[in-house]
Amino acid sequence: MAERLLEVNDLKVSFATEDGIVQAVSGISFGLERGKVLGIVGESGSGKSVTAMTLMGLTRGVNARFEGEVLYKGTDLLKVSDAELQNYRGNELGMIFQDPMTSLNPVYRIGDQIVEGIQAHEKVDKRTARSRAIELLRQVGIPNPDARVENYPHEFSGGMRQRAMIAMALSCNPSILIADEPTTALDVTIQAQIVDLVSRLKDDFDSAVIFITHDLGVIAEIADEIIVMYAGRVVERGSKRDVFYDPQMPYTWGLLGSIPRLDRPKAERLHTIEGMPPSLINLPEGCKFRPRCPHAFEKCQQEPALENRVEAPGHLDRCWLDVEFKRGRRDETISGGSAEAA
Amino acid sequence: MIPFIIRRLFGMLLVLLAVSFIVYLIFIVIPGGDPAIRIAGRTATAANIVAIKQKLGLDQNFIVQWWDMLKQLFTGQLISYYDGTNVVQQIKAGLPVTFSLAVGAGIIWLGFGILVGTIAAVTAGRTTDRLITAAALIGISMPVAWLGLLFRYFLSGEKGWPALFPDGGYVPLTQNPAQWFYHLLLPWFTLAILFIGFYGRVLRSNVLDTINEDFVRTAKAKGLTPTRILVKHTLRASLIPIVTLFGLDFAAVLGGGAIITETVYSLHGVGWYAAQSIQTQDLPPLMGVTLYGAMFIVVFSLLVDIAYAFLDPRIRLT
Amino acid sequence: MATTGQDEFTLDTAAELAEEEGAGKEIQGRSPWALAGRRLRRNHVALAFLGVFILVVVACLLAPVYVSHVSHIGPNDTQSGASVVINGKKTLVISNGSTKIVNGTPVVTPGGVPIGPQWGAAGGKYILGADELGRDVTTRLLYGGRNSLFIGVTSAAICTVLSVILALLAGYFGGTTDWIISRIFDLIWAFPVILLGIALGTALQVNGFHHFGINLSGSSLWITVAVISFVFIPYIGRPLRGQVLALRNREFVEAATAQGAGPIRIMFTEVLPNLASSVLVLFTLIIASAILTEVGLSYLGAGVQPPNPSWGTMIEEGQNKLATAPQISLYAGIAIAITVLSINVFGDGLRDALDPRAKIRIEH
Repeated sequence: MAERLLEVNDLKVSFATEDGIVQAVSGISFGLERGKVLGIVGESGSGKSVTAMTLMGLTRGVNARFEGEVLYKGTDLLKVSDAELQNYRGNELGMIFQDPMTSLNPVYRIGDQIVEGIQAHEKVDKRTARSRAIELLRQVGIPNPDARVENYPHEFSGGMRQRAMIAMALSCNPSILIADEPTTALDVTIQAQIVDLVSRLKDDFDSAVIFITHDLGVIAEIADEIIVMYAGRVVERGSKRDVFYDPQMPYTWGLLGSIPRLDRPKAERLHTIEGMPPSLINLPEGCKFRPRCPHAFEKCQQEPALENRVEAPGHLDRCWLDVEFKRGRRDETISGGSAEAA
Repeated sequence: MIPFIIRRLFGMLLVLLAVSFIVYLIFIVIPGGDPAIRIAGRTATAANIVAIKQKLGLDQNFIVQWWDMLKQLFTGQLISYYDGTNVVQQIKAGLPVTFSLAVGAGIIWLGFGILVGTIAAVTAGRTTDRLITAAALIGISMPVAWLGLLFRYFLSGEKGWPALFPDGGYVPLTQNPAQWFYHLLLPWFTLAILFIGFYGRVLRSNVLDTINEDFVRTAKAKGLTPTRILVKHTLRASLIPIVTLFGLDFAAVLGGGAIITETVYSLHGVGWYAAQSIQTQDLPPLMGVTLYGAMFIVVFSLLVDIAYAFLDPRIRLT
Repeated sequence: MATTGQDEFTLDTAAELAEEEGAGKEIQGRSPWALAGRRLRRNHVALAFLGVFILVVVACLLAPVYVSHVSHIGPNDTQSGASVVINGKKTLVISNGSTKIVNGTPVVTPGGVPIGPQWGAAGGKYILGADELGRDVTTRLLYGGRNSLFIGVTSAAICTVLSVILALLAGYFGGTTDWIISRIFDLIWAFPVILLGIALGTALQVNGFHHFGINLSGSSLWITVAVISFVFIPYIGRPLRGQVLALRNREFVEAATAQGAGPIRIMFTEVLPNLASSVLVLFTLIIASAILTEVGLSYLGAGVQPPNPSWGTMIEEGQNKLATAPQISLYAGIAIAITVLSINVFGDGLRDALDPRAKIRIEH
């Protein structure tokens, strides 16, 4: 059993805003082992990015409130002071973000920015740090790294910038790499390359990865375990196999069904999930997905607990519907028909 | 970069020519009426007026007059209508005063402005920030003339209070450095207060915006210390617009724009000279002073643009 | 309706259920203006200062009332030789000199000193004292405020309108129009503000302005208004032009063009509303700058001409009498500071309300 690096227990994050209190995350729990990839999937506003940033302490602020635990190798990162947190960031936990153009400082060279990260945590001189930077750039697949290390971000293409960011995030050999929608701003072909890269680096650096995206297609490549988030909570969790082949949440069906697929040539419209995500300030009673769920029934007025209702022991969901009934209905939803599964 | 500079220099010349023409228009053409009559004064006879016209070349066509005036200016022979003094000499005499005022005030306002703005941004929302913002707002709301008078009143022994500072006047640096400094302190601060308030607020606003930028978030995620993030990432980006502002403001003061401060404190610099010439509606000095001022603004505009290109590698000057 | 069965359900079920309980409210849409209005209403400080500003304006507008009911001394009533009853004692408004012998040496008190603030003692006259010509400072303060405020607000308004038009034309049409207008901006910008203001102001005051059918005497306030409006054009024009350029390339403009809308229509119905919040904020800030500029110009003699009062001229009048009669300059300055501060604070509040992360600012 690989080393258990991260243990998140019932994490709750809320923000006080002028419109009221936003419940961004309402009790998420998961674990992460070395060498594993955890995929977190959800729409905008589901709480996935907030979760990721909270792990790094980037959501700390005057208006933020946290509950629960984030145990990294036994230490609760939520309770750690800001000063101590600096030792974890970049060093034990590395993070890459969605838009590499704006995430890199435009006025400093790529090499200098990587060196900065290295020197923040390790006592090495500039020359050593610089050669490490060059080596990192080579590892992430940037051609001609000796020259490229002197470039500015605007002289790189989108995909290369993201590679550079990955290099920067991995520069101090963190145990966990958190990738927050790293492929969303990139072309499809580049997406595939980045996903491959992350997968390979995970092995090279022997680290764990948390990969956040709204794109199930990307997740399918890389994740070992998948968490589906909705309205700030986990609505389904399981291995990749479980979630893709035996999804229990109608929401997950919706996500899977809305992927355009080449192998099912139907001249019908792409499946969409009706309605909009709920306001995080005024959450509905009961199951949060109920207002949009085509299969909702009376019991859904009571919020389902996240439980294991199927054979596979690690596969949890929040749905009251009878499992066999669901298995019967869901193919129509997923295979691109309309939402009328009746 | 070189072609850029050359094109800009050329443009600058055009602008300066246009500026001189406009000054000319303003003074000769707009008031209407014959300048010779004005200059000759109340009790002039017809003969006087004709003589003046001839002497000053006012009987020529006005384009010719304009061109002549420019030539005279550049050869250092421009003579005041009012008292016959050489305009260029007078301007030169005023230079040390104006420069002293500008440089001292500039250092003070840039330094304090950045300091104050950074503190306000870093403590945003808390008491320190509120106090600083209030002070800055008050600072930019006070007329310079009044502020100067207040300083003189309270600090220069007007009311019989102990005179902490001398009451205006200028002592050349070469003559007595200590006195030079002492006499300039009040004018420096009077001029600087307005700018400190303004720059402080602009910087505060820039910093607060920049703090939310993605690259600052990345810097945090790398585990850098707050100081390093502030200085190398946040301030580095926030200060760039300040450079532009400072370049132009400093140019304006250097170019004799601090007319009121110079007048209030009896500092006989270029601005003061301008104010005097306006009182007497003396065209040649006005032409000289305006061109001098415009030149500084235009040159510093160019310098600021060049500086920008060095500060932000994305900018390419073509 | 909702049943226990899992067999009976339709697409409507969820919607019905939601309606029944009214739970899970969707996020409501609210217009940016409504949001801004609400944010502004919550900003008590800004509103308080708006109140102060309005108070100042009202007080100045009521100047004639003040004269007829309180001070009974008009703004130009010089009362050099007159005397006034203070606490029952008849005192000269402007003192005569006197010579006293103190301990055997003559002590000369110079004459010509106007009386200081009386507050209530003289029955409403000279509440804030007299100036060197015996005029009532408070009255002049109120009438001067009228002039200063009139000039400030009107020039700000004219400047804003002109700048918006120029910015729209330059940004929207681009090409030669933009080049010409940008050069105009550059030219005005190249002059140090005060210098241009003084030059224009003085020149126009000599004989007034008698061209194009407009007849203004040299001492007309409109000359100062025109000068200040003109001088600040690039300060508003340039930032707005930048915004128009950015807006011009946005898709909704393309869409409007595709629908066949002409340039004027697009400028007014598509571009202008998006500029509105910047324009509003810039307008407010320019009022402050305009008032301060008028003060500066009047102080130097290139603004409001005597005997018309303005806050700027009052500062100038009192500057040599600081020791003996500080009231002449002092209160004018305080009035200016309070008024401009109120505008600045309110302007800040307005900007925060319209766009909490605004990037609008006036280049100096």
